[in-house]
Amino acid sequence: MLLIECPYCGPRDETDFKCGGEAHITRPEKPADADDQSWGDYLFMRTNSMGTHYEMWCHSHGCRRWFNVCRDTLSNKIHAVYKMGEPPPRVDDPTRSRSQ
Amino acid sequence: MSQGYRLFNGGLIQRDQPRTFRFNGQEYIGFAGDTLASALLANGVHLVGRSFKYHRPRGIFSAGSEEPNALVQLEVGAYTQPNIRATQIELYQGLIANSQNCWPSVEFDIHQINSVFSRLLPSGFYYKTFMWPKRMWMTYERVIRNAAGMGKAPTENDPDIYDKTHAHCDVLVVGTGAAGLSAALAAARTGARVIVADEQSTAGGSLLSRRIQLDDEPAGAWVDAAVLELEALENVTLLTRTTVTSYFEHNFVVAAQRLTDHLPLGSCGDQPRQRLWKIRASQVILATGAHERPLVFKNNDRPGVMLANAAQTYVNRYAVRPGHKAVVFCNNDSGWEAGLDLSDAGVQVTLVDIRGQAAPELEAQARDRDLEILTNHVVVTAHGRRHVRQVEVARLNSDADGLSGSSRIIDCDLVCMAGGWNPALHLFSQSRGRLSYDQNLSCFVPGESVQAERSAGAANGTFDLGFAFSEGREAGKAAAADAGFRQRTKSVSPKVDAKSNSTDIRPLWLVPSASDHPPAKSFVDFQNDATAADLQLAVREGYRSVEHAKRYTTTGMGTDQGKTSNVNALAIIAQITGASIEATGTTTFRPPYTPISFGTLAGRDVGEFMDPVRRTPMHEWHRAHGACWEDVGQWKRAWYYPQEGESMHDATRRECIATRSAIGILDATTLGKIEIRGPDAAVLLNRIYTNGWKSLPVGACRYGLMCAEDGFIFDDGVTLRLAEDRFLMHTTSGNAARVLDWLEIWLQTEWPDLQVYCNSVTEQWATAAISGPFARQLLAELCTDVDLSNQAFPFMTWCTGHVAGIPARIARVSFTGEVSFEINVAADYGMALWSQLMLSGEKYGITPFGTETMHILRAEKGFIIAGQDTDGTVMPADVGLARMVSSAKDFIGKRSMLRPDSLREDRHQLVGLRTDNPKEVLPEGAQIVAEIKPEPPIEMIGYVTSSYWSEHLGHSIALAMLEKGASRHGEQVWLSLADKQVRASVCDPRFYDPNGERMNG
Ligand SMILES: [Zn+2]
Repeated sequence: MLLIECPYCGPRDETDFKCGGEAHITRPEKPADADDQSWGDYLFMRTNSMGTHYEMWCHSHGCRRWFNVCRDTLSNKIHAVYKMGEPPPRVDDPTRSRSQ
Repeated sequence: MSQGYRLFNGGLIQRDQPRTFRFNGQEYIGFAGDTLASALLANGVHLVGRSFKYHRPRGIFSAGSEEPNALVQLEVGAYTQPNIRATQIELYQGLIANSQNCWPSVEFDIHQINSVFSRLLPSGFYYKTFMWPKRMWMTYERVIRNAAGMGKAPTENDPDIYDKTHAHCDVLVVGTGAAGLSAALAAARTGARVIVADEQSTAGGSLLSRRIQLDDEPAGAWVDAAVLELEALENVTLLTRTTVTSYFEHNFVVAAQRLTDHLPLGSCGDQPRQRLWKIRASQVILATGAHERPLVFKNNDRPGVMLANAAQTYVNRYAVRPGHKAVVFCNNDSGWEAGLDLSDAGVQVTLVDIRGQAAPELEAQARDRDLEILTNHVVVTAHGRRHVRQVEVARLNSDADGLSGSSRIIDCDLVCMAGGWNPALHLFSQSRGRLSYDQNLSCFVPGESVQAERSAGAANGTFDLGFAFSEGREAGKAAAADAGFRQRTKSVSPKVDAKSNSTDIRPLWLVPSASDHPPAKSFVDFQNDATAADLQLAVREGYRSVEHAKRYTTTGMGTDQGKTSNVNALAIIAQITGASIEATGTTTFRPPYTPISFGTLAGRDVGEFMDPVRRTPMHEWHRAHGACWEDVGQWKRAWYYPQEGESMHDATRRECIATRSAIGILDATTLGKIEIRGPDAAVLLNRIYTNGWKSLPVGACRYGLMCAEDGFIFDDGVTLRLAEDRFLMHTTSGNAARVLDWLEIWLQTEWPDLQVYCNSVTEQWATAAISGPFARQLLAELCTDVDLSNQAFPFMTWCTGHVAGIPARIARVSFTGEVSFEINVAADYGMALWSQLMLSGEKYGITPFGTETMHILRAEKGFIIAGQDTDGTVMPADVGLARMVSSAKDFIGKRSMLRPDSLREDRHQLVGLRTDNPKEVLPEGAQIVAEIKPEPPIEMIGYVTSSYWSEHLGHSIALAMLEKGASRHGEQVWLSLADKQVRASVCDPRFYDPNGERMNG
């Protein structure tokens, strides 16, 4: 079970939270103008990283705030936690290749 | 029965506390401090079970949690537990245990015939034989399970209670052997919060099994002093009888503590039986010790053949002689130490060593005791069916791949195998650390740590006891420092005097045989009956990957997870394929280390505590009036109210007619209610719902459809505008939390600029909905401050007033198709309102109805239920609600409605179905076909989503999703049911009052 540091409450067990999937997926400004391809990408395409992954979490059994987590999907190490609207931090850990 | 194999002196048993127990119906006596296994051995009982596949007689093999053979059915009736290791069961007065896997008795087993025909039962036999024809598998499986079952699950409810607890610590130490105790002491002395856990009943680990001098005193004195110190420290929690079973991410560790398992049944009052510990540790030290490896030779599974360290444990710790005449078969010095201890306990010992020599001091001591020593020798085979009687030994040739000279017979009743040691890497592996193979030690050792974890002692491949003490101490200090406790403390390791400390080992993974190769019945996995020959067959058939070979032969897949078999199997596969052990692979260990009972995992979350139950303020009235319940999410909703002698259908028929012709009353409290407030509240609704909201006047209500971004319907309900900046949204009963989440994620992530907040108010309100031709008359009696006329209070508006003197918000909405009023009052007034409505409504024939009648009435109207008539692939236009989709604004899901798939003409659309036979009520989920063909495939063009008998209409009604359904009204379709075909015609889904004159009136 992950230990996640809520930026508003502090470290809590994973069971306090809900994962909202990949972060920084931008909703097209004017959906009506988006072509089928780009709308489909927005709806369905996710990076599915093996390694560094930026994702949204909600402290649903606590403060109910959404925030972002940068996590290594292979080791589950959490590199950073940051608030909505803040830019994703750079992580030195390069995304590991699939062959490893 | 006398304990004929018990020693007069020594051991950690209490001879003044005898314990009577029964095994396979026979009464025996042991002592407090015994395990079931040691007590059986004290009584000369080795044979405890039959093997899984061949039903070969099997005996006690180990003295700990690695036991593959001695699994018993413990206790009977509600207390019974299958597959419990006799080597871990602490003996208590009145214990009852029975053998598994045997019928009619362990001495004479009918399925032993499998053993005779074992040539026909090679690896993969079950897969090969029983997978065809597929539909017969169920039948085969039942027979196989019956014949080979691994014990029986209890059929009664577990009478015991179980607990759970959460704990945090700076340093968690797993294991209380030399390394673990040293680590715990060193860490604890810095002031760090330390938890120490060990699966055994007392601390000490292998120090309890060996005859070791520490600082010139028996090891027990040092262990006692260490335990005393740890117990006295307030920052230390010492947990014995506690198995750390699982190691998850971020140092989250789960342990199962046995609190009363060692006490007589029924003697513990309301004490919990076990407690599950969920521990978050800053630092973890794994001092889990090592498991001894068996040697693989012919008939190495005979009762009386056991691990050397087990025999040593039985002699030293339990004061039991596991035999009178022992052959110790070893490839390293630890076997010699066991042999010397056995000899000192009066056992006649022959030492058979694969190597040319042992450590000189050991050889000298063996000679002092006149032990027969056979170096460069192997045990080729064991003889004796239900107990070993003899072994054949032979000289190994110089290449160690064959025998030289003829074999010789040695009489014995005990064979001890000392094949080297495997560090117990299970938790390390679970922590996602990779194992690495150590050529010198011939075993896997922990590689680099992945988490804040370190291994110490034998678990780290440090088999030398002296080094284990110092390594444990250093690990304890370092872990405490890493957790922020850097205080300098004094810790000195004791001076160690042990017989064997050498790590000189000569591996021989498979003992050669004079006749066949690989020799038959050389067991690798004892629990799953996998032999070296099985592994060879698997490789020959192409299962070269160790993971495939393991699964094919089921090696390592028993309840012991191959603790004694994995490395031998891996090495034998490597030998057959000619690859190195490292290249062949490792095994990944998965939680739990040893099985945990479901009761322990469930804890107190059982029965009524399994899931919270939500009840409305009127719940007691429903109960008192005989309501049957439907679970909707966590809510208990009244389903229908049967009167004496009524079936469900009788009751709903009566409730439907009453609502259509007089008044029905429904407890609608469970509908989700969310208050949405702020200057941008209307903007939010406009973006969330498919229809427009800005123009909705205060005092009005509107039905809204909510879609996900993919354009599919996700929820629906009526929302009231309470003020310019304030709305009350209703959601479906089971979906309220998800809808609130939905609003919040959009507000927090995509539109943080909107000034809106949302609050769940579901539980603040109680709602009684009255419906029917007399609803207005009844309400007028109880509510005098509101003009209820249709002109003053039209359909889809709301107002405030008093009902029965209670402040109320009344909404004119309808789910039944009749004139309806939803009366909302503060939750505490719910019961008073309901009682008054029932009292005053009696003269009109007011009839309470439940969810079933509600479903029928709405289906008559063609109203959908999101989640029943929609399934996450349905768009508003598909259910005839295209008019609810605004073209003037953007909203969540709108763009998706223009994707090519959304515009396909052959989409499924909501229709009504009327069966040719009006009395035929279709099953929900029935598939619709255009024509009946004599055999499949028959193209399916839709399915029934809702289906009821309509008493009011006098015929059955069904809603269905049908390909191009909107354009098929009037057509005929077929429904292919299990036992017949039914014809129906497609119609408008609005069966009753299609123009809404009644509910508007
Ligand atoms: Zn929080």
